[in-house]
Amino acid sequence: MTTTSRSLSVPPDSPAPPPALPPTLAANPVLARWLDFSEPGVVTVFSGKVEYGQGVWTALAQVAAEELDVDLRRVRVAPVSTATSPDEGTTSGSRSIEESGSSLRQACAQARAVFLAAAAQRLGVPAAALGVTDGEITTGAGGSGLSYWSLAGLPGPAGPGLLDREAGDPQPVKAPARWSVAGRSAARLDIPDKVTGRPRFLHDLVLPGMRYGRVIRPPAAAASLAGLGDPPLPGGVVTVRDGSFLGVVAETDRAAGVAARAVAGAARWDVTPSLPDERDLKGFLLSAPAQVVTVDEQHGTGAAGPVTRTLEAEFTRPFLAHASMAPSCAVASWDGAGVTVWSHSQGPFALRNAIAGGLDLDARQVTVNHVEGAGAYGHNGADDVALDAVLLARAVPGHPVRVLWAREDEMAWAPFGPAMLARLSAGLDTHGRIATWRQDVWSNGFIGRPGSGGEPRLLALAHLAGGQPMSPAPDGPPTGAMGSTRNAVPGYDIPDRLIVRHRLLTMPIRTSSLRSLGAFLNVFAIESFMDELAAAARAGPLEFRLAHLSDPRARRVIEQAAQMSGWDGQVGQGDGTGFGLGYAQYKGGAGYCAAVARVEAGTDVRVSDIWLAVDVGRVINPDGVINQVEGGAVQSASWALRERVRFDRTRITSVNWDTYPILRFTEVPQVHAAIVAAPGERETGAGEVAQGPVAGAIGNAVAGAVGVRVRDLPLTREQIARAIEQS
Amino acid sequence: MLQTNAYSLGQARSTGLRVTIPGGAMEQHELHLTVNGASCTVACEPDAPLLDVLRHGLGLSGPRFGCGLGLCGACFVLIDGQARSCCDFPAWAAEGRQVTTVEGLMDGETLSAVQRAFVDEQAAQCGYCTSGMVVRAVGLLRASSCPSEQEVREALDGNLCRCGAHRRIVGAVMKAASDTAGQASA
Repeated sequence: MTTTSRSLSVPPDSPAPPPALPPTLAANPVLARWLDFSEPGVVTVFSGKVEYGQGVWTALAQVAAEELDVDLRRVRVAPVSTATSPDEGTTSGSRSIEESGSSLRQACAQARAVFLAAAAQRLGVPAAALGVTDGEITTGAGGSGLSYWSLAGLPGPAGPGLLDREAGDPQPVKAPARWSVAGRSAARLDIPDKVTGRPRFLHDLVLPGMRYGRVIRPPAAAASLAGLGDPPLPGGVVTVRDGSFLGVVAETDRAAGVAARAVAGAARWDVTPSLPDERDLKGFLLSAPAQVVTVDEQHGTGAAGPVTRTLEAEFTRPFLAHASMAPSCAVASWDGAGVTVWSHSQGPFALRNAIAGGLDLDARQVTVNHVEGAGAYGHNGADDVALDAVLLARAVPGHPVRVLWAREDEMAWAPFGPAMLARLSAGLDTHGRIATWRQDVWSNGFIGRPGSGGEPRLLALAHLAGGQPMSPAPDGPPTGAMGSTRNAVPGYDIPDRLIVRHRLLTMPIRTSSLRSLGAFLNVFAIESFMDELAAAARAGPLEFRLAHLSDPRARRVIEQAAQMSGWDGQVGQGDGTGFGLGYAQYKGGAGYCAAVARVEAGTDVRVSDIWLAVDVGRVINPDGVINQVEGGAVQSASWALRERVRFDRTRITSVNWDTYPILRFTEVPQVHAAIVAAPGERETGAGEVAQGPVAGAIGNAVAGAVGVRVRDLPLTREQIARAIEQS
Repeated sequence: MLQTNAYSLGQARSTGLRVTIPGGAMEQHELHLTVNGASCTVACEPDAPLLDVLRHGLGLSGPRFGCGLGLCGACFVLIDGQARSCCDFPAWAAEGRQVTTVEGLMDGETLSAVQRAFVDEQAAQCGYCTSGMVVRAVGLLRASSCPSEQEVREALDGNLCRCGAHRRIVGAVMKAASDTAGQASA
C-alpha cells in the first residue's frame, strides 16, 4: 500500500536487454499509443487489456510507475477503446501481466530514454548524468527544471509530440531487485469508487438522449418466430423485428420492460426440441460426432519397468454458467458514419471486427469503448448484448440505446463452459511407478469467442432473417495448453503417454471459454486418479506425487501447501473428515499451484478450509495475486460442490440464483493462500492457477471423508449417494 | 492526495429533486420519499420497484440490478435501518420511511467505518456486489455492534459474490466492528 518516489542517478539497468521487443509492443510500436503526458502531472497509460475486477489496471499502473520513476498516484490507466488503444487481443488466459505488462514496461523504458536524451540535448550534458525523480529530470546538482510533461510537447519524428515515434531497439529495463513500486502490494485504484457506489460500471452509464432497449429472446434454444400479434404498447415504443430477432426501444427502462413483456405475450414461436438429455451427459458426449486429434504422444520407458497393473476411470463435469453478478449490458449509438459501442467485452477489438463482419460494415465504421462490467470469467454475454444494442440503436439513429439483459436471459443465453468427460487409464510397474498414461477428453469446444474460426459468433446473428446457426465452437490448437485438453497432459514424470481430444461436432448448447477451460476437469480427473494410483501402489498421496515430480518449483508449492495445512498425509481421518491434495502447473507451462482441502462430511459435504501455495514467477502486486488465487479457489469450490446448468429438451431451466445456486457466505471455505517467491522467473498470471488443483483437492478430500471415490461433478449429496450405491 | 481513480463515469446526481420518470402512456403517480436524508417527490408507475426509482429516477448508482427477484443482494438498501433488497420492494411501500443507499453512508467526503474497512482490507474484486455488502454490513452492525465471524457470515448469506472475495469481506466487516468499538471506547 506504499508508494514512494525516489531519485536515480544512474539509468536503470538489467543484466541484458530483452532480445526482442515484446510482441504486443512490436505490433503497436508507436510509443504515444501507450503513454500520454499531455495532462500536467499525470501519466496516462494505454493498454489493450481490460479491467473486469481482476485488478489488472493497478498492476499495469505499478509497472509504469516503476519503469518511469513516477509516483504511482500520478498514473491513470485509460479504458480500452478501439479508437485509441493498442490492440493486444483478448483479455484472457491469465496473460495480461505477461503480455501487456512486458510491452508497457518496455514502452516506458524507451519513453524514459527518449525524455532523457531530449533533456540532455537541452542541458548540454550526457544523458547518463541525468536521473528522474517523480517525473522531474534531475542532474547531480538537483532539479533541472525539465520534466516529462515539459518535454512531451517537443516535436517527435512521426508527429507533434516527443513520443510520436516507433519503439527502437529493446532497452534495458529495471532489474526486479531494484523495484520499489512493482513487487509490493498496492491498493486497487478502483475500489474507492466501488465502496461508495459512484458510477463506474457500464450499467451506470447515462448518455444524453439515451433510450432503453430489450430483446425478446425465443422461448427455446431452437425456435423461430411464427407470428406477432398487435400488442398494446406504451407511447413512443419502437418495435424491431428481423427474422426471429425481436426487440423494443423505449424512452425509459421501465417502459421498455413493459413493452417487452407485451411483445413477448403477442409472439408465437415454432419450437423444436434440440437439447440433449441432461440426465445422461455421458451418453451425449460419447455418442455425438467428434473430431479426434492426438494432443500429446510419448513412447519412452524412462525409469519405469513393465506394466503389471492397469487402472481406468471416467470423470465428468456438467455444463457450467458464468453467472456473473450483473447481467450483460451494452450501449450503442449510430450516426451517419457508423456505430459507437460501449461494452464490457473481454475483447473490444474482436468485438468490433465481429460486429462489422456480421453486419457487412467496414471495421472503421465501428468503435468499441470498453467500460467495466461486473466480474467476467470468460466469454459471457457481453459481446452478444453489444450486437443487440447495435441492432436496436439502428432503429433510432442519433439516440444511444442501452440494453441490459434480464437475469434469466443471462443465465440461459450467454455461452456456457461445456460438459466434459475424461477417460483415464494408467499402468503401474512393479515398483509402483506410473509407466503409462492415456487420457481421452470429450467436450464441445472452448474457443467460441467472436471471430473464432473466422465467424462473428454473436448470438443475434443466428436469429436475424437469413441468419445461419452458429457452428460448433472450435477448441484451439491441439495442445495440452489449449481448449478442452488444457492440462490434460499430466505434469508428472511419465515416460509413455497418449492424450487425445474428441471435439464434438454438434453444439446443441452453445459453449465457449470459461475460466481455466478444460483444466478444471482435467486436473480434477488427474489428481483424483493420482490418489487412486497412489492407493494401488500403497503410497501416500504426497510421497507418490513427489516421486513423479522432478521440477523443483512443482515440489516447492506442494510441500508449502502441505506444510501450511498441517496435514499428516492421511486422506481419511476416520472421523468423517478428509484431507485431499491437488496440484497442477497451469497450461503445463505457466503458474504452479498446489491446494490442500479439508472436508467435513455430514448430511452434506462441507469444505472447511483450503490452503494454497502458488508460484507465478515475478509478481507485480502480491495482494492482487492473493486476491485472484483466493477468488479462484472459492469459485472452483462452488463449481465442484454446487454448480450444474439445468435444462429440458427445449430450453435452459436454471435461469436464476434459486435454480443455479452458487456457494454462499456460510458455505464458502476458509481460504489460506501464500505465494512461493520466484522473482527470477517470468511472470505468468494468477487468475486461473487455482481452478484445477482446488477441484482435485476437494475430490480427494471427499473420497477420504466418505470412503468412496466420486467422479462426477458436482459433488452434491445426490451424486455422492449415487457413487456409494455404485461402489 | 492526487486523484487515484483510473477513471470515473462522473458523480452521482444528488437527491432532493422533483423527478418524473416518463413512462409514455403508462399511468403515473406521485410518491414522497426520503432518500439519504433528503425528501424528494417522484412520479412513477404504481408498481415500480424502489430500485428503478433510485437508479433511474434519482440517479443513484449504488444500488445495483442483479437479479430482479431479491435473490442476490446487489440492490440492498437500508429501509428504516433494516437492510433489504429493493428490486422486489415496491417504491410506494417506502413512503414515510427512511431509505439509505450506499451513497448515504458517507459523511460528506468521509467514508463510513464499513466503507473504510472494505478499502483497507481490499475486500472486492469486481465490486459489483460491494455496495449491497456494505449496506448489509452497516445494517448488521447497527443491530449487533460486535458480531462473531459466524454471525457476519450468516448476516451476509443473502448477498452473493461471484468473484470469491468472501474472506476479505468478512474480514472487513469484523474490522469495521472493532474499529467502531475502539472509537466508542476511546
